[in-house]
Amino acid sequence: MESLINAVVLLLNFLVVPALSYGSQLALGALGVTLIYSVLRFSNFAHGETMAFGTMFVILATWLLQSWGVSFGPLPTALLALPVGCIATILFVLATDRLVYKHYREHKATNVIFMIASVGVMFVMNGIIRFVIGPEDQQFFDGERFIFNARQFKEWTGLTEALAIRTTQVITVVTAIIVVAILFWFLNRTRTGKSMRAYSDNEDLALLSGIDPAHVVRIAWIITAILATIAGTLYGLDKSFKPFTYLQLLLPIFAAAIVGGVGNPVGAIAGGFVIAFSEIALTFAYRKFFAYTLPDFLVPDGLAQLLSTDYKFAVSFVILVVVLLVKPTGLFSGKTL
Amino acid sequence: MTETNRPYILYGIAALLLLANWYFLGLNSALFTLNFCLISAVMALGVNIQWGYAGLFNVGIMGFTAIGGLCAVLVAYPPIQETWEAGGSGVIISALLLLVAVAVCVVIYRRMPKGSARMWALTAAVIVSFFIIRHFYAPAVAAIESTNAASTGFLGGLGLPIILSWMVGGVVAAGIAWIVGKIALGLRSDYLAIATLGISEIIVAIVKNEEWLNRGVKNVIGLPRPVPFEVNLQKEQWFIDLASRLDVNLVEFSSIFVKLCYTCLFAFVLLLILYLSEKALNSPWGRMMRAIRDNEVSANAMGKNVTRRHLQVFILGSAVVGIAGAMLTTLDGQFTPTSYQPLRFTFLIWVMVIVGGSGNNWGAVLGGIVIGFFWLQAEPIGIWLMDSLTASMADDNPLRLHLIESAAHMRLIVMGLILLLVLRFSPRGLIPERTGRRH
Repeated sequence: MESLINAVVLLLNFLVVPALSYGSQLALGALGVTLIYSVLRFSNFAHGETMAFGTMFVILATWLLQSWGVSFGPLPTALLALPVGCIATILFVLATDRLVYKHYREHKATNVIFMIASVGVMFVMNGIIRFVIGPEDQQFFDGERFIFNARQFKEWTGLTEALAIRTTQVITVVTAIIVVAILFWFLNRTRTGKSMRAYSDNEDLALLSGIDPAHVVRIAWIITAILATIAGTLYGLDKSFKPFTYLQLLLPIFAAAIVGGVGNPVGAIAGGFVIAFSEIALTFAYRKFFAYTLPDFLVPDGLAQLLSTDYKFAVSFVILVVVLLVKPTGLFSGKTL
Repeated sequence: MTETNRPYILYGIAALLLLANWYFLGLNSALFTLNFCLISAVMALGVNIQWGYAGLFNVGIMGFTAIGGLCAVLVAYPPIQETWEAGGSGVIISALLLLVAVAVCVVIYRRMPKGSARMWALTAAVIVSFFIIRHFYAPAVAAIESTNAASTGFLGGLGLPIILSWMVGGVVAAGIAWIVGKIALGLRSDYLAIATLGISEIIVAIVKNEEWLNRGVKNVIGLPRPVPFEVNLQKEQWFIDLASRLDVNLVEFSSIFVKLCYTCLFAFVLLLILYLSEKALNSPWGRMMRAIRDNEVSANAMGKNVTRRHLQVFILGSAVVGIAGAMLTTLDGQFTPTSYQPLRFTFLIWVMVIVGGSGNNWGAVLGGIVIGFFWLQAEPIGIWLMDSLTASMADDNPLRLHLIESAAHMRLIVMGLILLLVLRFSPRGLIPERTGRRH
């Protein structure tokens, strides 16, 4: 019996908890992609960079706050700096919309042109990020590292396996829940949110009923910038900030959005968790788990790891391919906001 | 500048850029730049086939380049006896089993009626074959990688001439493009972009991690060359005579001579592909492709199979990129998986095509040369610019130091701005596509 509890704790510690926090980060990222897709109708390749851009400003503001001696008690100072990052990112994406995308919108360009333009934006943002903060790893986490750590857990329970919960994991999940709740309240209850859904659903009809497209687009960018900054900061707090990893996050984020059904916010969240759980479950070494649950002669010799962690991107890709082959509209049929 | 003489003027300017490089930095540097530009031009041609002819957005150019590079290793590197003895049979068995597994899956997919039973059967087949293959694969890989790990630890290649790998690279890239195209074409255009992005990340992950195949991040160095080595040239009597007749430094001349040989090879490939592309573009096939690109619905109504044609053109373009990838690895003489960065190998090529002129092969080549040139030269120019801009500051001023240090990243910003500006104000590029009646 105790070995079974040990096995569960093991899974919780190395699989469920990390996947929950990674999934929340992906979900927030995918929400941004989905939002832009449903309002502007293109896949925004600059989204990973938008996340990195927002995070960069959060880091800069964190350093400034730290130099003033400000701290947030046990929580990371970066949370106090979030508004700075959000505002900077909002200003930047609104400027890119005004300077880049607006023209193509007015000329009703095809979505491939939008995608190429977003690649250009990605280049510029990537350059700015490397120029300002450099391509190296940055740690900006401070405050209490653990809610409770492995030793404390073992003392409480007397188990051999330990469960450690890091502050960043809890912050990630809690923040994601709050943000998603506010977003859904906004989309379903407020006038602006409803007009956004109407616009995404049927552009012409929305225009006829007097919805201002410029306003809808502006709000979509603002929300996306906020989501991206929060997602990027949470990811950076949880792991570390490195501009290149944010570029690589693009694939799991796109996969999450498509798996859930592009343009569908519920789908984006579900997709984020599907991708996160499969990535971690497939790259998890099950040897210890089997040692607890199986009789001795059945326990495998190796790590019992299905895939090396270097291939975690392959997981999101394979899920993406399967969904494209089986149900191209995604799990929750896409294109409803 | 009229429509007809515009290409000549622009090519003249590109030539002047290279001549300026020669003048300021010497012939050796100019030839290095030229070789790089020629390979870039081949890649741009490949992407132009996909984007310019058919409007397909491929974000996985990096992956196809890496495939070409991998083929260069697998074709040209001499086979390594010990590692083949250690684990060669295991790898071959796994490869055969993989083929069997794929065949089984195909049979299940074809024979069984559509429905959840088929899905479960396929899933079961995939899972079972995964474990069976792994049973042979894992020990073989471990054996190979532990054999003489410091110097080899991989299977090596076939030991054939490296020129052959250019063709092999093209064929393998085409095969992968076929798989990707089968999955993603015919769906919304975003999906092809994202699928290619995914496959290129996976290919690069494979070449970084499968050490039995290509030593992973430990890099394969010392690939065979299609041209003589400098040190051997310096010993040849005819070469020494030639150098003394031309009255040049022997060592420098040998380096220039080798680079010139590469230039000839690359120029030949470029011209050949350019010729074929032009022929294709001006044939009925090319007109059909443009018709499909400009109006899929009506081309479909005329009885053209849009998805099939897209698949065809996607494969052709990827093959050209694969060839260029093999050429690049040949030029470097080594295969370094970590050098495959999406910004450098995917998005930069896009800048070349858009700037040069989508749909026009001459434009793509020009874009490849010009953007390739600026990509190489932007760093010295950027450092010089930052240095002169901040000349008034003190030498140890932190801002000045930071600016000079980060000048290398300026080229990303510049490339992005060039892409955005061209796309916005001159969407047809430097040499626009020729359409309709010729004048």
